[in-house]
Amino acid sequence: MQAWRIDVLVRPEQPDPAGTAALRALRSAGLDGVTEVRSRRGYLLGAELSEAQVREFTRAVLCDPVIDLFVVHAPGAASPVPLPDTHQLTIVPRPGVTDPVAHSVQKSLVDSGLPAVATGTYRAFDVKGRVGGPQLAQLGKKVLANDVVQEVLLDALPEGLPAAAGKADLAVHPIPLAHLDRKGLEGLSKAGGLALDGLEMQTIQAHFATLGRAPSRLELETLAQTWSEHCKHKTLTGNVTFEGRQIKNLLKSTIAHVTHTLARDFCVSVFVDNAGIIKFDDEDSVCIKVETHNRPSAIEPFGGAGTGVGGVIRDVLGTGLGARPIANTDVFCFAPPNMPAEQIPQGCLHPLNVMKGVVSGVRDYGNPMGIPTVNGSVHFDENFVGNPLVYVGNIGILPTARAQKKANPGDVVVALGGRTGRDGIHGATFSSLELHTESEKVSSGAVQIGDPITERKAMDAVMRCADEDLFSSITDCGAGGFSSAIGEMSEGLGAVIELQAAPLKYQGLAPWEVWISEAQERMVLAVPPARLDRLLQVCREEACEATVLGHFTTDNRLVVKFDGTVHADLDLHFLHKGLPARELEAVYVPPTLQEPNLPPETDCSAALLAVMGDYGICSKEWIVRQYDHEVQAGSAGKPLCGLREDGPSDAAVLAPKLGSWRGVVLSNGLNPRYSKIDPASMSECSLDEAMRNSVAAGGDPDYTAVLDNYCWGNTRDPQAFGELVRATEALCALATTYRTPFVSGKDSLHNEFRAGDRTIRIPGCILVTAMSVIPDVRRTMTSDNKRAGSLLVLVGITKDELGGSVYYKTKGHLGKNAPRVDHALGKAVLHGCHRAIASGCVLAAHDLSEGGLGAAVTEMAIGGKVGARVDLAKVVVQGSLRPEQILFSESQSRLLLEIPPDRLADLQANLHQVPFAVIGEVTKATDLVFLHGTTHVAKVPLATAEHAWNRPLDLDAVMTKEVTK
Amino acid sequence: MSSPKILVLRAPGINCERETLHAFARAGGAPEFVHIQQLLEKPALLDQFQGIAVPGGFAYGDDISSGRVLAQEMKHKLGDRILKFVDRGGLVLGICNGFQVLVRLGLLPCTQHKLEEEVTLTHNLSNHYECRWVTLQTQKSRCAFLPAGLKLRWPAAHGEGRLIARDAALQNLLLQEGYAALLYVDEQGKATEQYPQNPNGAPLGFAGLTNKTGRVLGVMPHPDRSYLPTHMPNWRRTQLERGALPEDGDGMVVFREMVKVAKAEA
Repeated sequence: MQAWRIDVLVRPEQPDPAGTAALRALRSAGLDGVTEVRSRRGYLLGAELSEAQVREFTRAVLCDPVIDLFVVHAPGAASPVPLPDTHQLTIVPRPGVTDPVAHSVQKSLVDSGLPAVATGTYRAFDVKGRVGGPQLAQLGKKVLANDVVQEVLLDALPEGLPAAAGKADLAVHPIPLAHLDRKGLEGLSKAGGLALDGLEMQTIQAHFATLGRAPSRLELETLAQTWSEHCKHKTLTGNVTFEGRQIKNLLKSTIAHVTHTLARDFCVSVFVDNAGIIKFDDEDSVCIKVETHNRPSAIEPFGGAGTGVGGVIRDVLGTGLGARPIANTDVFCFAPPNMPAEQIPQGCLHPLNVMKGVVSGVRDYGNPMGIPTVNGSVHFDENFVGNPLVYVGNIGILPTARAQKKANPGDVVVALGGRTGRDGIHGATFSSLELHTESEKVSSGAVQIGDPITERKAMDAVMRCADEDLFSSITDCGAGGFSSAIGEMSEGLGAVIELQAAPLKYQGLAPWEVWISEAQERMVLAVPPARLDRLLQVCREEACEATVLGHFTTDNRLVVKFDGTVHADLDLHFLHKGLPARELEAVYVPPTLQEPNLPPETDCSAALLAVMGDYGICSKEWIVRQYDHEVQAGSAGKPLCGLREDGPSDAAVLAPKLGSWRGVVLSNGLNPRYSKIDPASMSECSLDEAMRNSVAAGGDPDYTAVLDNYCWGNTRDPQAFGELVRATEALCALATTYRTPFVSGKDSLHNEFRAGDRTIRIPGCILVTAMSVIPDVRRTMTSDNKRAGSLLVLVGITKDELGGSVYYKTKGHLGKNAPRVDHALGKAVLHGCHRAIASGCVLAAHDLSEGGLGAAVTEMAIGGKVGARVDLAKVVVQGSLRPEQILFSESQSRLLLEIPPDRLADLQANLHQVPFAVIGEVTKATDLVFLHGTTHVAKVPLATAEHAWNRPLDLDAVMTKEVTK
Repeated sequence: MSSPKILVLRAPGINCERETLHAFARAGGAPEFVHIQQLLEKPALLDQFQGIAVPGGFAYGDDISSGRVLAQEMKHKLGDRILKFVDRGGLVLGICNGFQVLVRLGLLPCTQHKLEEEVTLTHNLSNHYECRWVTLQTQKSRCAFLPAGLKLRWPAAHGEGRLIARDAALQNLLLQEGYAALLYVDEQGKATEQYPQNPNGAPLGFAGLTNKTGRVLGVMPHPDRSYLPTHMPNWRRTQLERGALPEDGDGMVVFREMVKVAKAEA
C-alpha cells in the first residue's frame, strides 16, 4: 500500500546523539571506515492525505521546529540516489510487529483535525565513509536492528504500508487422534509446536475417545497451553525417585512444605495467586512476584526483556483484587560481554548485544510505566551464551481486605487493555523446548514487542475500578493468552466466550490464534453485571479499551464460540486435573574437582584490582542509571549510595505509602558459579546472601518472605534433575532454620542450547529474592563508610572456602571448596547484626559475598571516599589460612560493619555470642592498606581501586574510547 | 483564605501524579487530580483553580518526541484557555515531562505572549535516559515562586532534557532577562555543560525556565522526588552530622512557595 514517506532529521549544525551512538556501534563492530552517521526518523502516512496536509502536519507535529528539518517523499516516488561515499540504512518493523508510535501519530492526526489514515514509522541512518554497502547492511542488521522483528533496507525507502491482511480461516478444524499410535501422537505434538509428550497426548486421545469425537484445533491448543511446563510446572510437581527415596510432588513436599510448616502470621496468600502476599501494616499488604523471560530475550533481547517486565507488572496488577505496582527488580545472567566473536555459536546473539538489548528493554518498559527499578544484579558465565537469563520481578501494594478474589456465576468476562494480534503465539509451549541454531528463525512468532503506555492506561483503569470495587476477580493475560487466563478463572465455574468480540490489532486471525495469542498489555476481569456499565465508563475515561467477551456459568464447561460456531466445549475438570503426573528419575553424582595449587602471594594488590574489575563485581552504574529508581517518591535507600552516590547498595529501601515511614527492604542472592561445584552450596548461598543483603540495609530477618526462581539446564537428564533436587532440599533446610517462608516462585527448566554436536547448558540457578517489612525507614543503613577514625568490625567466621570464588576465577580456576552455610551461625549473625543496626550503633554495613573481605572493604571505601587499614591476622578464622585466603574467601554469614569506637560495647551486647573481630579502621588516607600482623599484604590507592571497579561495564566510556582510538 | 486549589493533570502516560499531589498537600495546598479527558470536555474547570501542575512521566509514551502528542492535544482545545489562566495570575508548574509538554505547547518561555515553540528539550547527548542526582542553583529570575540564590540537590530522570533555544539571541535573552530560573552547576557552584553534573549537555546548564510574567515554571529535575528528607541521597550523613533529620528535602521549596504565592495573592 503506497504512502507518504517523511524523513525528519536534526539540522546539520546540531548534535545528533542517535547518529553518534550508531557511529560508535558500527565502528566497534569493526567498520573502521565509517566517519560520520546522521539519523533520521521516518513516518508513513496514508496516500489519501494531500501534500499540503502532510506538510502542515509534519511541521506541526512530526518535526521539532527548533532543531529539525524534514523531507517529504510522495507515494510511489523512487528512492533518492545516495551521495558519494554515503549509504542509507533504513530499519522498518516487519509486518505485524507492534509499532506503538504509529498509533500515536494516528491520534495526533485526529487531534489536528485530519482523517485517521493508516500510519507507520521507520528509522534511518545516513552512513558516511569508505564502506561497502552489503557489508554495512549485514552489520547494521546485527548492531542497529534485530532481524527477527525488523527489516533493514540498503539505499531504499520503505515502499509503503503493509497491505491489509487476508481473510481469516474461521473453520473449526477437528484434529483426528484416534488412529495414531504414541509415535504418531508425538509427531503431531512436535509438528504443531504443542510441547506435549507421548503420555500427555495419549491422555488427550483417551479423553476424546470417550466423547466419541476429535478435538478441534482450538481445543488441542487450549490443552497444550494449559498443560505446558510454563503453566503447570510439570517437572517440579512430578513424582521423583532420588537416592532410593520416593518424593511425591517435589514442590509440595519441599518448598510449599516449608511455608506451611512455618505458618508465619504475616503470610496473607501464598502459592495460590499471581503473586505472594504478606502483611504490610494494619490496612495494607505487599505482594511480590518474580518471573523469567529467558527465551524471548535470547531471540530478541529488547522486546523479550521489555515484555518480561510488562508481564510481571500485570501479574502484580492482577493479584488479589488489583495491587498497585511499586517497584521492579531485575537480575540478569549473560556470557561475558568481551567474549570473542569466534566463540559465539551460530544462532546466538553476541552477549554484549544481548546485554545492551536487555537493559534498554527493561528501561523502555519500566520507566514509562512509572514503576521504579530499585534492585537487581548481573552475573556472567560463558555457559549463558545460548541461554541468557532474564529474571524480572515486581512488588505491589493492596488493601489486605482485597487480597482474595472469586468470580461468580453470571459475572461478565471483560478483556481490558491492548488488542489481540498474532504476536507471541506459542510462547508458553516454546519456552518448554530446547533452543537451537534455527530457533532465531522458526520462533519469531513467539517474540513480542511491548507497548508500555497501553499497559499504563490499563493499570490506571484497573486501579480506579479496584477503588470503586467494580470487579470480583482479575488476572493477567500472560503465557497462553485468553486460553490460560479465562481457563484459570473459570475453573470450578464454567464460561461461555464469544471470541469474535475480541478487538484485534489487524484482521486475518483464525479463532484459535485469537484464543492463544500472547499479545501484551491485556487483563481479564470478572464483573458483576450490575457494575458493568460503571466499569466500562471508568475505562472510557482512562482511554483504556474494555470489551465484554462472555460470562461465567455453573456447568464447569469452557465453551468458546466464534460467530455462533462452537470451537471448544471442554470439561474444565479434565483441562485442569486431567494432566498425568510425571514420574521422574533423579541422581546426583558429585563432580570430581580439585583445589588449585597456587603459590603464596607476596603482594595481593594486583589480585585485589583484578577481583574488583571482574564483571560480576564491578560497578553496574551504567545499567542502574538508565532505570528510573526514584519515581513514585518512595525511595529511601537507593541502588547506589555514598558521598558521590557511586557505591554499591546491598538492598533497596522503600517507603511506599507517602506520608508513612513504614518500609520494605528488597534484596536478592545468586551465585551461579557455586552450582558448578555443588548445587547445594549455590542454593544455600542464594538464600544467605539475600538475607545478608537485606539485613545490611536494615531489613528484619524475622519479618522476611522469600521467593525461589529456578533456571536449570535440562531436567530431563537425571543427573541435572538430581542437582535440582539436591539444591532444593538444601535451600529448604536453611529456610526452615531462618524461618523465611517461600511465598511465590517460578521455574524455567530447559535452558540448553544445541549448536551442531555441541550442547551448552547453563549452571543450575535458584535466584532468591527477599522482601522484609520494617517499621521505620529512618532506621535503615547504607554500605558507605561515614567517618575516618571509626572501626571496621567483621562479623562471622572466615573459612577455607574459595571454591567458585572470583579470586580463583581471576586465576583461571574453579576449585572445590564451595562455601556452605552453618545454619545456627548464619541465623545468629543475621539476627545479631539486625539488632545492632536497629539499635543505632552502626554507621555502615555491607555483606561479604563475591570477592570476599577484599571486595567489601574496597566497596565501603569507594562509597565513603575514605581510606581503610585492615589487619587480616585479627579476622576470626577456622583452621589455618594464608592472608590471600582470608582476603578473598567467600565464606557465608559474614557482614562488615563500621562502628564508632565508643559504641563497641553496644555492638558486643547486641551481637550476643556471635563471633566478631575489630579488624581495622576507616582512615583519612587515600589508600587501602591490608596487613597480616606487621606483614604487608596489599596497598592500593583508592583512586586506582575505583577505576578498576568503575571501568569494565561503563559502556559509554568504553565505547567512546573505541571510536577515538 | 483557605488552601489554594491546584489542578494536578493526569493523562495517559503521566506517572508522577501521586507524588506531585502529595507534595502539594504537604505544602498546605488543596491539590486535585483532573484527567485530560475531563478537561478537554469541560475547559471551564480551569476557572476553579489557582494553580496547575503538569507532572512528569511519558505522556502518550513520548511517541514522536517527548510531550509532543499531549501538547498537540492541548494546543487545539485548551491553548488559549491556559494562556488566559496565566494572564489572570494562575500559576503553572511543569516537572520533567510536564516541562516538555509546556515547551511544546509554547507556554514556556513565551517571550512574545503567544503560543509558539521557541525552545526545545531534546535527546541527551548520551542518547539514553538517565536517572541521577544533580546540583542546581536557582537564579535571580522572573519566576514568582522560585527564590534566587538556592543551591539544591534534585534527581534528574530523563532521556530528552537538553534545552536548546531557537537561536543564539534567544539563548542570551533567556539568561540575561531572567527566564533561565534554574541551572545545573558543578562543585564550585558554576553553571556547567559538563557531564555528569549536567546530565544532558544543555548549553549554559539550563535546567529550568520561567515565562515572561513569572507565573509559569518548568524544570527538568524532580522536586517531586526530593521533597521528603529521606528522599535525599545522603540523608543518613545529614542525620549523623546534625543529630536529626531536617523537616524537608530540597524539592519542597517549590511546592511551599507556589502554595504561599497562590495564597497571598488570593
